[in-house]
Amino acid sequence: MKLKKNLAISETGFVFDPSTGDSYTLNTTGLEIIQMLREGKNPEIITRKMTKTYDVDANTFERYYYDFIGMLKQMQLVAPDEE
Amino acid sequence: MEKKVFERPVIKKLSAGMPAKFGLQVRHEPVTQIDGVPIKTLMEEYGSPLFVYSEKKIRQTYKEACRAFSSRYPNVLFAWSYKTNYLNAVCNVFHQEGAWAEVVSGFEYQKALVNGVSGDQIIFNGPDKSKEELELAVQNRSLIHIDHFDELYDLIEIGENSNIKPKVAIRVNMDTGIYPAWDRFGFNYENGEAWDALHRIMHADNLELLGLHTHIGTYIMGTEPYKIAASKLAELAIGLSSKFDHQLQYIDIGGGFASKNTLKGVYYPGTDTAPSFEDYADAITSVLIKANFRHNKLPLLILETGRALIDDAGYLAGTVIATKRLANGQRATILDAGVNLLFTSFWYDHDIRPAKPMSDQTEETAFFGPLCMNIDVIRKNMMYPLLKKGDPYVIQRVGAYNNTQWLQFITLRPNVVMIDEKGETHLIRKKETLQTLNKMESVPDHLKI
Ligand SMILES: Cc1ncc(COP(=O)(O)O)c(C=O)c1O
Repeated sequence: MKLKKNLAISETGFVFDPSTGDSYTLNTTGLEIIQMLREGKNPEIITRKMTKTYDVDANTFERYYYDFIGMLKQMQLVAPDEE
Repeated sequence: MEKKVFERPVIKKLSAGMPAKFGLQVRHEPVTQIDGVPIKTLMEEYGSPLFVYSEKKIRQTYKEACRAFSSRYPNVLFAWSYKTNYLNAVCNVFHQEGAWAEVVSGFEYQKALVNGVSGDQIIFNGPDKSKEELELAVQNRSLIHIDHFDELYDLIEIGENSNIKPKVAIRVNMDTGIYPAWDRFGFNYENGEAWDALHRIMHADNLELLGLHTHIGTYIMGTEPYKIAASKLAELAIGLSSKFDHQLQYIDIGGGFASKNTLKGVYYPGTDTAPSFEDYADAITSVLIKANFRHNKLPLLILETGRALIDDAGYLAGTVIATKRLANGQRATILDAGVNLLFTSFWYDHDIRPAKPMSDQTEETAFFGPLCMNIDVIRKNMMYPLLKKGDPYVIQRVGAYNNTQWLQFITLRPNVVMIDEKGETHLIRKKETLQTLNKMESVPDHLKI
């Protein structure tokens, strides 16, 4: 799962997709996950990091993680060849 | 190191048209307690979902309504509309405050009697009164509001065979400029039917005509229709006085005041648009005072206010079952209470609140109930904080019509509690169990397996 290459992601949680002109906002956990995805981290590493920082167990996190990935796909922010 | 509170990750598209689509931007401030009792504690003790009533709020609202009318008019009485909420504990709070009972069936009539309401303080309305029920009401000297000629003739007959004169009024329907006009009930004003019925009663020696009644509709958002209703009833009363020299004792203007809930599809919230008790009182009493009643002969004014007296005092607390995404990507939040418990979600955009502090993050979500049915929608579209499985919520202003119109459908009806003025909690209706329902059924021998 890779993000579209040319996405602009700000430190405050704004995302701009130059190919469509659409803008998005992220909450804190959403931003952390997107930053890790951008760094090419895999789901296992992301889960480990998030469950260490946040009061959430791995199973619960996984559920919301894949839900989030689903949203990214829906918004077409994922590199097409990876879908 | 203490771990941070986890909020599920979300991404939201920014678009210029957003605020208009969702109405006014509202913050959904959490409601964590009711009259000082934490919602968490209530649900731990009584389960989820759970209806909660505030006795304090009922009394406060009732007093406010009374004050609005009695500061403008010498003689006012409220009769509690049983169909709006006939949980006995709720009715009795109103009765303790001085309200009579307004009932529309034999079942409601019995309920009022068992609650200890004296027969002569029960108003019996509605199209469905059996001969036996009428006889009982006559014996008890209740006020019988006649709905149609068949009932009028039943009463004449009962009066002939009894040593007690039935105490009656007629229900009048009329055009007050609101749509739809409730013309199914009672006798029509404009076509002269109401006057005909009054004539018939005046010529029956064995009926005692005490009043006139109307109920023009429900959730009436303006005060003008009440002015029209009051003036039409006043005109009939004055007509009786001049033609028959008969002085009516009361005018009953019914219910219908809007509560502070927001009607579906209305842009501004009900908290901003609903007229106050003062507004309604002003409209009704000013017409009666200006009408040509004889000096010192102003009739008693009866009100059968339902939803506006109880909506605010009722809450539905519950728990999020799940969140999911629909095919179009929209979020859906599934609550453990659906339209089976919250009948009024067909009319209102209910005020759903998180029952614990949430961050400012929001996303677009629909709220569905737990029923496996497409109709089970509590709210279609809201920008809402990020609830997740297990989070508690509270729906405000659910006191009117839900605990009477709720359905035993797919799930069982939950506990109902009341918080008294000292903050003590009382179970006022036990939740149903499989046994509650199976007790009423029987399976023929040949179908037993
Ligand atoms: C005869 C009568 N009185 C009073 C009421 C209470 O009305 P509301 O809840 O609109 O005040 C109703 C409701 O339908 C009614 O039919």
